[in-house]
Amino acid sequence: MSVMKIKKFSFTYAGVDHPSLKSITLPIQKNKITALIGPSGCGKSTLLRSMNRIHDLYPGNKYDGKIELLNEESGKFENILEIKKENEFIELRQKVGMIFQKPTPFPMSIFDNVAYGLKIAGIKNKSELSDRVEIALKGSALWKEVHDRLNKSAMGLSGGQQQRLCIARAVAVKPEVLLFDEPTSALDPISTGAIEELIVELKKDVSIAIVTHNMQQASRISDYTAFMYLGDLIEYDKTENIFLNPKEQQTEDYITGRFG
Amino acid sequence: MRLLINKIFLGLSIGSALIGLSFLAWILITLFMKGLGSFHFSLFLNDLIDGGLRNLIIGQMILAGLASLIGIPLGMTAGIYIQEYGQGKYASLIRDLSDIMMSAPSIVIGAFVYAIVVVPMGGTSGWAGAIALAIMMIPVVINTTDSMLSLVPRELREAGIALGASKYKVIIDIVIKAAKVGIMTGILLAFARIVGETAPLLFTSETSNYFTLNLNESFPSLTVSIYDLANEPEKSSRDLAWAASFILTVMVLIINLTGRFVTRNKK
Amino acid sequence: MEKIFQKLSLASATLVFVLLVGIFLTLYSAAKPAIDEFGLGFITNPEWNKEVVVPTTPDAANKAEALNSNDDTITGEDDVMIADEDDEIADEDEMLLDDEDESVTKTIYGGLVPIVGTLLSTLIALVFALPIAMGIAVFLAEIAPKNISNIVGIAIELLAAIPSIIFGMWGLYYFAPIVADIVGGYQVSLLTAGLVLGVMILPFMAAITRDSMNTTPAVLKESAYALGATKFEVIKDIIFPYSKVGIIGSIILALGRALGETMAVAFLIGSIFELPKAINSPTISIPVAMANNFGEASGLGESALFYLALILFIISFAVISLAKFYFLKKAK
Repeated sequence: MSVMKIKKFSFTYAGVDHPSLKSITLPIQKNKITALIGPSGCGKSTLLRSMNRIHDLYPGNKYDGKIELLNEESGKFENILEIKKENEFIELRQKVGMIFQKPTPFPMSIFDNVAYGLKIAGIKNKSELSDRVEIALKGSALWKEVHDRLNKSAMGLSGGQQQRLCIARAVAVKPEVLLFDEPTSALDPISTGAIEELIVELKKDVSIAIVTHNMQQASRISDYTAFMYLGDLIEYDKTENIFLNPKEQQTEDYITGRFG
Repeated sequence: MRLLINKIFLGLSIGSALIGLSFLAWILITLFMKGLGSFHFSLFLNDLIDGGLRNLIIGQMILAGLASLIGIPLGMTAGIYIQEYGQGKYASLIRDLSDIMMSAPSIVIGAFVYAIVVVPMGGTSGWAGAIALAIMMIPVVINTTDSMLSLVPRELREAGIALGASKYKVIIDIVIKAAKVGIMTGILLAFARIVGETAPLLFTSETSNYFTLNLNESFPSLTVSIYDLANEPEKSSRDLAWAASFILTVMVLIINLTGRFVTRNKK
Repeated sequence: MEKIFQKLSLASATLVFVLLVGIFLTLYSAAKPAIDEFGLGFITNPEWNKEVVVPTTPDAANKAEALNSNDDTITGEDDVMIADEDDEIADEDEMLLDDEDESVTKTIYGGLVPIVGTLLSTLIALVFALPIAMGIAVFLAEIAPKNISNIVGIAIELLAAIPSIIFGMWGLYYFAPIVADIVGGYQVSLLTAGLVLGVMILPFMAAITRDSMNTTPAVLKESAYALGATKFEVIKDIIFPYSKVGIIGSIILALGRALGETMAVAFLIGSIFELPKAINSPTISIPVAMANNFGEASGLGESALFYLALILFIISFAVISLAKFYFLKKAK
């Protein structure tokens, strides 16, 4: 059962004449991890960033096709590409969260970081905030390490801790979908392992799409994998099929390391 | 032979640095000697009419402070516009115009304010002086805000937007906070600069021998008075000018160094 | 709220534009009486605040001719003939005129002297400061070890922070006498003003040059060193050519700033409305002319000062723009 349906989606960056994504059709399955893999420049990050329309920060981009998100209350799919109003954008991003490659702690305390999205959503009650921050931090396996210094600046945390903080921050608002854009490529192997475990844990509550240039990571943690090349979706299937029995020659070439 | 040329060149370069440093030392030592020589604490207790500097020091700070009240918010919001909201041509234009204004002659600013404030008001005033100083401050604050904001990584803004925050919230809660230290330094340096200005005040607020808080008339200024005193024939006036110069320089350097110190401590 | 914030910041930004245009228009309109009266000849006329007799009838024209001097320089639209340098003679001679008021005494203003003074003092400053600033920049960028470079760098920036009136005081009482001793002539002169101006733009030039030099990619320098080049050669053949554009830009920008410098020059240039006969003669610059005369000026005199201000504004704007747009393009 899918929570997001990408239908014939094309994307062209502002000022560029050729599209970076060509007619992509792809589902994001509920409570599963979908990995987007492919060599540099294939468009996987561009696709991910379209799913929460963060491209709209930069004017002039063009898109075609549909990206439909399941509205949990009505049970209907809504095309997020049609969103124009400020408050609709805000709602979208509260449903579809994002974690970036570089950990991005805000210049405030650990508590304020995690509570940030909640405050935007209008939650003011101190004890409710406190509870949800605690749950989020526990859910990101960070609570034990920071529970006694929630008022300290987040900038004092290590890289791995900062990234887990960002995950806690995104998870606190209880989104439907979480988008991870190469979340461990800036981290050391131990932190990477911790975060991979965390992501697998998270799929109980959220649906996940993850861009990674690390094939082993994709094969380790994802349920479904999409292989992209130069803006096209070459193959999409269950992860074990992609890695053990790819249908396309290009997929096999990439998996076996012949290029990229 | 090549090594010899190299040595000579290095020598010249070190020599230039020494020349630069020695000018600094020369000026500071001169100020110290002449200034301290004429310095006594009563300078802080008496106004110019009684041979002291109190009204001038306070007056200069009030003018600079008022200018900051005007210049800092205007400069920061303009800098925010250029860096955060501006798209393409218009923002670039404003940025360039602001840069040009930063190097514009201060006396021309004085003439401008004379024409638009002093003439309609019928005379010099503290308001005019403060406005002139504000006009000088704005481009500097714009420049520093713009530069410091541009250093904040793109992803930090995206992370804020990705949580559903609106743009202005991201700017205020996250981006400005992240650039806070750099901006504060820039503002302090800008403040130090206008505290030391004379030309914009010459025919806008002039100066006054008396202590006053009335901004509707000529307002006491340390810098303008130094100029007046230095032009007077009496030795006592010139001694006073030196004492005033000493105090002015100490003030400016302290503010300047404070600004730098703030950045030093943060990371 | 978002919209309000956006509009507010746009308004502030637009203020910059409005200010710049406003300054130009204000200067122009205040200068207009002088512009109308003297036209572009203002720029080449060395006579400032000279009383001149203007004939209003043909009869008086002959008398006026007798009064006014030999120099046949004509400025403006009227038949103005320039009087002798000596105002007293003109005054005396006016008494020779009939009481029937057949002539009018006008005061003419010409801006050549301050304009020349501004340009020459700036030139001297540049020539003096350039080698030293380059030397300092090289020292800071390439020669000094990190901590010395930091400390010296801060010292140089402190030099920049010193208010210009202080340069005036120190210049007048300490630097000028020494210059006069070495070169002879007056203490307050074009030369001393130019030299102190040079000391003032030193830090600025050095800082921007140093920054330009630091943009040279390390790999480029390393390749040269690896070939056995000396520091001097690397600087001469690699760094300077690479940062050439930025360096020239810094020079021009420093020039632009020096043009508008007032207080230090006011102490040191002498404030005499005469073209300097030698480099160590006193003269005047535009900012100093304004600083000295604005207080008492009125009418056409005040307008002439605004004319000078307008000229200075335009020259500064042009020079600074040239530096910015041609040489110092900031990559965003």
